[in-house]
Amino acid sequence: MLDVTKAPRDDDQPLLLAEGLSKSFGRLQACREVSFALYPGEVLAIVGESGSGKSTLLQLLSAQMAPNAGSVSYRMRDGVMRDLGALGEAERRFLFRTDWGFVHQDPAMGLRMAVSAGANVGERLMAVGHNHYGKIRQTAASWLERVEISVDRIDDAPKTYSGGMRQRLQIARNLVTEPRLVFMDEPTGGLDVSVQARLLDMMRTLVSELGLAAIVVTHDLAVARLLSHRVMVMQGGRVVETGLTDQVLDDPREPYTQLLVSSILPA
Amino acid sequence: MNAPTYNFAYLDEQTKRMIRRAILKAIAIPGYQVPFASREMPMPYGWGTGGVQVTAAILGTNDVLKVIDQGSDDTTNAISIRKFFEKTAGVVTTTSTADATVIQTRHRIPEAPLHAQQVLVYQVPIPEPLRYLEPRETETRRMHALGEYGLMHVKLYEDIARFGHIATAYAYPVKVNARYVMDPSPTPKFDNPKMDNCPALQLFGAGREKRIYAIPPYTSVVSLDFEDHPFTRYKHDACCALCDSGDSYLDEIVTDNKGSRMFVCSDTDYCETRQSQGHRGSENAAPYAESKHA
Repeated sequence: MLDVTKAPRDDDQPLLLAEGLSKSFGRLQACREVSFALYPGEVLAIVGESGSGKSTLLQLLSAQMAPNAGSVSYRMRDGVMRDLGALGEAERRFLFRTDWGFVHQDPAMGLRMAVSAGANVGERLMAVGHNHYGKIRQTAASWLERVEISVDRIDDAPKTYSGGMRQRLQIARNLVTEPRLVFMDEPTGGLDVSVQARLLDMMRTLVSELGLAAIVVTHDLAVARLLSHRVMVMQGGRVVETGLTDQVLDDPREPYTQLLVSSILPA
Repeated sequence: MNAPTYNFAYLDEQTKRMIRRAILKAIAIPGYQVPFASREMPMPYGWGTGGVQVTAAILGTNDVLKVIDQGSDDTTNAISIRKFFEKTAGVVTTTSTADATVIQTRHRIPEAPLHAQQVLVYQVPIPEPLRYLEPRETETRRMHALGEYGLMHVKLYEDIARFGHIATAYAYPVKVNARYVMDPSPTPKFDNPKMDNCPALQLFGAGREKRIYAIPPYTSVVSLDFEDHPFTRYKHDACCALCDSGDSYLDEIVTDNKGSRMFVCSDTDYCETRQSQGHRGSENAAPYAESKHA
């Protein structure tokens, strides 16, 4: 029997709650009536073909774009659920560089390509008021180590890095403030398979170590299978199927999901 | 001697009112860059069009004007601007820091302490301290509005990572009145402490970039730094060769093709005042030096 006197555990409440999100660009409906809840420590993959509304949804969820209808709310560190649309710009930007991370497909968008790796990782720390060079550098070095970048590259600019290293650096830069939620937009896009495998392996370790919640947008079902607990399949701006990853990928119910899964080329 | 076709101090009264409004707003929000409708001036951008407009707007008939360029009263830029206002405003000009009521400067703050009856007008090439870190003006404005200055420390971090110390020697970023981060124009960082709690009003004009900003008298101006790499003043480790001053900002002058050099005060008025008081350095001032008020 349920013990009603016991206070609900923190993890029982959603971290992010999307309700009836819709967005249209002129006549094009990019997102229709998307609702879901994301719980702390949970990794959700959003899959679908190009133009299915995945990236638009990610922008809506991360409050970079305002929806035409519906709302997104987020549980702040103090435990209060807040509507992201009602946050001021200052609060939203603060959230973005402390409690959230955003990993872009193209690392050049998420990194400062001309400043050193150490400063790239340290920027978020300095933005929240850290003011001790030695400590910032130490933290940056330890994060580079965690994402498997040799510490002697700390003073090199990311423009001298390979694609895989840039992506790992971008992840380090996002995780340095220990966010609770990370948005990833095609994090392995454009990388060759062995680099992808290493990156995915590293991300899996970090996500479980830090207890991160993550929303990963990908068209690659293998990435979804490796990283996520749950999968949401989108088509034409609508969520057509959602469920546990293995359930959706191994036993797809909807015709569109069946098509997606059967389209994977055997190696 | 006024040329009759000019209004007092060259600019028309409506323009001066517009500039004064921008100045008042700038004083009300210390360190904030106020946009203004910068006019074409009869000099090229980069020669002090911003400073000249600010000076023109605040100049009164009783003002005594001093103009310095890199500390010197005798350079082309300083002399032409001084002559410009002699001609268009008919004001008295001087080279003495203590006698001046309005001092227009390019990249130096005079060594002699400023007093409450003075206004220091800076010529500013690039008013935005975040410019080279964030090229988008829309973004830098937002960063100022929200007080997001982490990026400024990124620059200082890069300096230390590359050179082992904060190597920024001029245009060293400061925080004004604990709110806005400001570019103090390309003054050497040696001058930064002089801005803090200064009795004189400090106005900054950027003509090409169309911005005016200000530090009101007795306002806190703090140079940004790290706890373990605090802000330090920098000057050459020498005394002035002409007046033997040990605490003024020095220019390094190469004297022949063999690499001989001498160090002299960058502030010519300060140096000449000391020499007239009998201070002598290792060298004599050139015998063909022009007489002071030629």
